[in-house]
Amino acid sequence: MGAIVEFLHSIPIDLLIIQTVNGIVTGMILALVASGLTLIFGIMDVVNFAHGELFMLGAYMGVIAFAMTGSFWLALALAALIIGIFGAALQILTLRPLIGRDPLNTILATFGISLVLQNYALWQFGPVARKMSEPISAEFTLFYLQYPWYRIVIALISGAIIGALYLFLKFNKFGVWIRATTQDRVMAQAMGIPVPWVYTGVFALGAAMAAASGVLFAPFGGVDSSMGLQWVLEAFIVVVVGGMGNLGGSVVAAIFISLLEAYAAVWLNPSQAVIASFIVLILTLLFRPTGLFAVPK
Amino acid sequence: MTSASLDKTMPLAKRRLSHTAAFWLVFCAVMAALIVAPLVLPEFWAGFLTEVLIWGLLAMSSDLLIGYTGMVSFGHSAFFGLGMYGAAAALLLVKPANLWLAIVFGLGGAAGAALFVAYFSTRLRDIYFAITTLIFSQIFYVIIFTWTAVTGGENGLIFDQPHFTIPFLVNVSFNTRTMHWFVLAVVTGSYLILRRVTQSPFGMVLQSIRENEARTRAIGYPVERYKIVSVMLSGLFAGLAGVLYAVQKEFAAPDFVYFLTSGETVIYNLIGGVGTLVGPIVGAGFFQLARQLLSQWFGDQFPYLIPLGIVFIVMIIFLPQGLLGFARRWLNR
Amino acid sequence: MSEQATSAEPLVRVEDVHTYYGKSHVLHGVSLTVGAGEVVGLLGRNGVGKSTTLKTIMGLVQPTQGAVTLSGRAITGLPPHKLARLGVGYVPEDRRIFRLLTVMENLRTGLDRKGVTEDTRKTLLDKVFAYFPVLAERRAQAGGTLSGGEQQMLAIARAMMLEPKIILLDEPTEGLMPRMVSQIGHIIEALHREGISILLVEQNVPLTLAASQRVYIMEKGNVRHHCAASELDVHDAVIKQYLGV
Repeated sequence: MGAIVEFLHSIPIDLLIIQTVNGIVTGMILALVASGLTLIFGIMDVVNFAHGELFMLGAYMGVIAFAMTGSFWLALALAALIIGIFGAALQILTLRPLIGRDPLNTILATFGISLVLQNYALWQFGPVARKMSEPISAEFTLFYLQYPWYRIVIALISGAIIGALYLFLKFNKFGVWIRATTQDRVMAQAMGIPVPWVYTGVFALGAAMAAASGVLFAPFGGVDSSMGLQWVLEAFIVVVVGGMGNLGGSVVAAIFISLLEAYAAVWLNPSQAVIASFIVLILTLLFRPTGLFAVPK
Repeated sequence: MTSASLDKTMPLAKRRLSHTAAFWLVFCAVMAALIVAPLVLPEFWAGFLTEVLIWGLLAMSSDLLIGYTGMVSFGHSAFFGLGMYGAAAALLLVKPANLWLAIVFGLGGAAGAALFVAYFSTRLRDIYFAITTLIFSQIFYVIIFTWTAVTGGENGLIFDQPHFTIPFLVNVSFNTRTMHWFVLAVVTGSYLILRRVTQSPFGMVLQSIRENEARTRAIGYPVERYKIVSVMLSGLFAGLAGVLYAVQKEFAAPDFVYFLTSGETVIYNLIGGVGTLVGPIVGAGFFQLARQLLSQWFGDQFPYLIPLGIVFIVMIIFLPQGLLGFARRWLNR
Repeated sequence: MSEQATSAEPLVRVEDVHTYYGKSHVLHGVSLTVGAGEVVGLLGRNGVGKSTTLKTIMGLVQPTQGAVTLSGRAITGLPPHKLARLGVGYVPEDRRIFRLLTVMENLRTGLDRKGVTEDTRKTLLDKVFAYFPVLAERRAQAGGTLSGGEQQMLAIARAMMLEPKIILLDEPTEGLMPRMVSQIGHIIEALHREGISILLVEQNVPLTLAASQRVYIMEKGNVRHHCAASELDVHDAVIKQYLGV
């Protein structure tokens, strides 16, 4: 009994609250990345291994655009636009020819693309990480820390983008096209919906979202060619835990997993804290393989 | 696609005989070339060829799952890595370093990982399975990378190469040539075993699972059990490749457990041709050779994965059956 | 046969079409025509290739041989979404409405096209709700919650949103109550009055003979009989031969 009381006393409440904030902030960015991934899978049945690289290239585009324009917000918009168009081109060139084939082909193709993009970035930008300065330098006091406001702002923006996506899917004409195509591809075509272009559009949208996440994350840490790998793995875990193709589920799963990792980081070191996400994944696969947070679309 | 139309006019028994003869003829020719190779090639290339054979074994083990059972797995880096570290454990813990013990430890480690993956293989299908195996190989990577005390963490483990020993008979150390022949023997033996397996009734059921799992289950086969055995077999041979690598290179590093290794393995499979067993070895050879040549011509810093990656993508679109795909039927008869 | 009375090219011409499903040779050189404003019936037992003929016209399956033209223009090989925009509407067997979309959203998939003015939208919706008042009532409901008959109506209404020149109707009365069956008959009549051509695949002989100007009868992937609907009677030997049990 005494040991438990001691343990409870030793929990640094203030640190936990700080980690809660951190967890939610990272969780929102992860949610944005995972949303793009689950969107692409849910609608096109494509497992996009290159998603992490689109995130990474988006971050680089953001850094470059920021250097040119001096505005973080402009850089965000430009990066998303450029990578969105790039994503569309990728899909038309490499994924369209594979429609209707065994899904193994698309998994391998996107894996191949991720290899090419990752090495291209390493070759083009070099191994030294780039820095992106924070868009807002004001801070507020959270316990003993000076907590930067920009982190909160970024979390809010991520949420806003996801919200906008939801509204788009629900009410916009293209959103209806996308939902119809997901439910019945053949009849969608019979209704005049240009399904091949819907797929291109969805992929471009997912790519733009990944790029935006990259730019949003850039001020947190450096931008380097390997940042995509870590995020794509986490994003896949989120997508499986949240239910593949389930937008709401991946948002909840992203925050849940990020919070767990943030708490774990109090006691373990960061590279080990990621084990928390692995445990959640294994538990999900054991007990609810279709997704822990099956939220109706 | 059937073999030469000439065969159609021959009586059945003779047809089979001529195919078997042709197969073994080709097999012997290839074996002869591989045996002679280290005698004629410069040291570096001999070692290179040995390494290609090891990667080929890894890719071949993966072909059992992908090409024959229809289960795409990105988890082979885990099996390979655990085979590698298992061997390292034996070579570091037991002195004098014993080759056979290394193999046993390595296979044991790989078997453990395989059991873990096999369990989930029965509950997940297709894309879910592929992604999950990927994440699993990352789990092993993280454990190995961060458990520095046991695994040496980032730096890996270094150890001495064991001798080739047959108790009471032989005790010689390896040189490049004898290492090559040892590896060749192991890989060839593995190929023959896997060939036997894929052509057996068991192998036929696996292929039936690949073609139509639901129907296979409906006929009455315990699909889960077959899948588990397939994963175990595949994992064991992948682990064996890891042991060979550790023994040849005298080190074990976490890099090989990173999921990129699994990805490269699957690339070898596709380039060489899935469902052929030898195709992946050819694929490994093609890839490694291209990489070697590119860095020789353009320098070490040349991002060889860019052109290779593009070639790979182009192959998926236009030549998904792989380099040896045309021979798939012939190789499996 | 009246279709050749004028030299005008029929609205839809299917010429010697062969279609395969994998290795299975389903259509063995099917030829038929549908004139502008005509209702043409396509009768035959299960599995003779009636649905496949419609799917070939709609571009959902590619023929290996033969041609399909729309107003003289070759459309073989065009993807379905282009055909829909050219004015070919398709109402499949088992309806296939978008179950998770509302009735309104189902209609929107046909309505949200290029070149549709706000006025046209209103006119089309008003027309369709006049035809099918129950759809107006249920416009915010998910398609999957409608009854079988209501779904059939929605499927037809949805096709009408395309302002089609021809509607390919595949077994619209299948699984419907008799009251609904006669309603379908009225709808076909109304569409005919508007000048929309219809290619009607059906197993319900009386309905088809009453609604169509001409009928084709298919057997084993081929057209075996072709005549004006008025020349046939339910009890005809021909009907018994190709449609009898």
